[in-house]
Amino acid sequence: MAEHCFKHDHFAHCESGVMALMLRHYGLPISEAMAFGLSGALSFAYLPFVKLGGLPLIAYRGLPKAIIKGLRKNLGLKMRMQTFSSRDQGTRTLDALLEQGKIVGAQTSVFWLPYFPEEMRFHFNAHNLIIYGREDNEYLISDPVFEKPMRCAAEDLRKARFVKGMMAPKGLLYYPLKIPASIDYQAVIPAAVKKTARMMLKTPVPVAGIRGIRALAGKIARLAKEEPRYAGLFLGHIVRMQEEIGTGGAGFRFIYASFLQEAGLRLDNLQLKEASEMMTAVGDQWREFALLAVRAIRRKKEQAIDFSALRLKLLDVAEAEADVYRKLGKCF
Amino acid sequence: MEQSKVPQHNISTYANNKKAIYATNEKGEYSIVASSGWKVEEEVTKQALNELERLADQAYDLVVAGKFSPLYFHMFNQRMDLQILAQATGIFRWRIKRHLKPRIFARLSRGMLERYADALGVKAEDLGSLPQRGEPGG
Repeated sequence: MAEHCFKHDHFAHCESGVMALMLRHYGLPISEAMAFGLSGALSFAYLPFVKLGGLPLIAYRGLPKAIIKGLRKNLGLKMRMQTFSSRDQGTRTLDALLEQGKIVGAQTSVFWLPYFPEEMRFHFNAHNLIIYGREDNEYLISDPVFEKPMRCAAEDLRKARFVKGMMAPKGLLYYPLKIPASIDYQAVIPAAVKKTARMMLKTPVPVAGIRGIRALAGKIARLAKEEPRYAGLFLGHIVRMQEEIGTGGAGFRFIYASFLQEAGLRLDNLQLKEASEMMTAVGDQWREFALLAVRAIRRKKEQAIDFSALRLKLLDVAEAEADVYRKLGKCF
Repeated sequence: MEQSKVPQHNISTYANNKKAIYATNEKGEYSIVASSGWKVEEEVTKQALNELERLADQAYDLVVAGKFSPLYFHMFNQRMDLQILAQATGIFRWRIKRHLKPRIFARLSRGMLERYADALGVKAEDLGSLPQRGEPGG
């Protein structure tokens, strides 16, 4: 049976975790950090015009599925990605794939997965997990952001896969059709790193990359004019997106530093090792920013929040992070 | 971040789960450390939950006062808002807004109630009433 040879592991992020587990299972050993880095998904976006519960979209990585698609392109994987218009069809296809002994990636809504802690269940529809078997009316789930494998009743998983709304999963299932025998690190690392550095430094839009971080800093200064409750929720929202949403700490900056370190070792490139250390320091600064933001929220009502101090801190982070990408552009 | 500095605050929002954090050992080498949570994260998660709870409480009072149909409460109680409910049901916002009026809600067909019930994960027969305050889901 398939479930007996599948090995679960605990990772920081759902999508990179799923891809690392899946590639390993099918014979291509890869770390989560390497999968994340090579997908080129590290990013930053502050989209004031896309609102979630009245608050803007703030993301530290690319769009959902960016990791799957980035790896497909950069590693030359062949992936089958299937969405369904009918719930029954989606369920039948999943069961048939499991019958064949496959493990299958799926996109789900966090809110409808009963094994999530009650206080973590929000309406986020782009959560990835692996389904590796079915026993009676329960699916066996490998959710990489949990320490141990999970189980989910068929009806609950069905609901989680077919919720409608922003980033609706539409029952998405995915699995590799063809995986290369090895990874040509000499070729793929420089390409992926240069692309990330270029994207972060030279975006054409003022809401992405380093410019996006600076735009967010500007918005923080303007929060002084907003209603205090909204300002507090806004600051909390930034920190949630940075720390709560499975990022491995500091909005994916630590996992990326880990990738740069591994890349430096594989290519015997001292520059990458130094860039990794710089990125670690940037991650530490993001955590300092989070701490400052939370202290600001904690203040008593009559005390004013020092928004300009938060703005300056975030501008410092942006500058330090820009330095890392400038260095990465010169690493090869 | 160094491994020794990875917060282990046993935060309540994790409900005894752990998250994987990337951190360095004394030689600067990265690996994954299982963290029982950082207070900073707990505070912002709770802030968001409290806000959702505040909205649900406020809705409860407004429903009791007869200003809105119980659907208004169930929407917030399931951590949704008008935008999410409209997307989850495929019903236009202006139509949902009408259904939030008690008199119009009372005339909704079984089929329409089922659509809301499915999206909200609440039984159709429970949609027309409020749970007791303090009860689970209330």
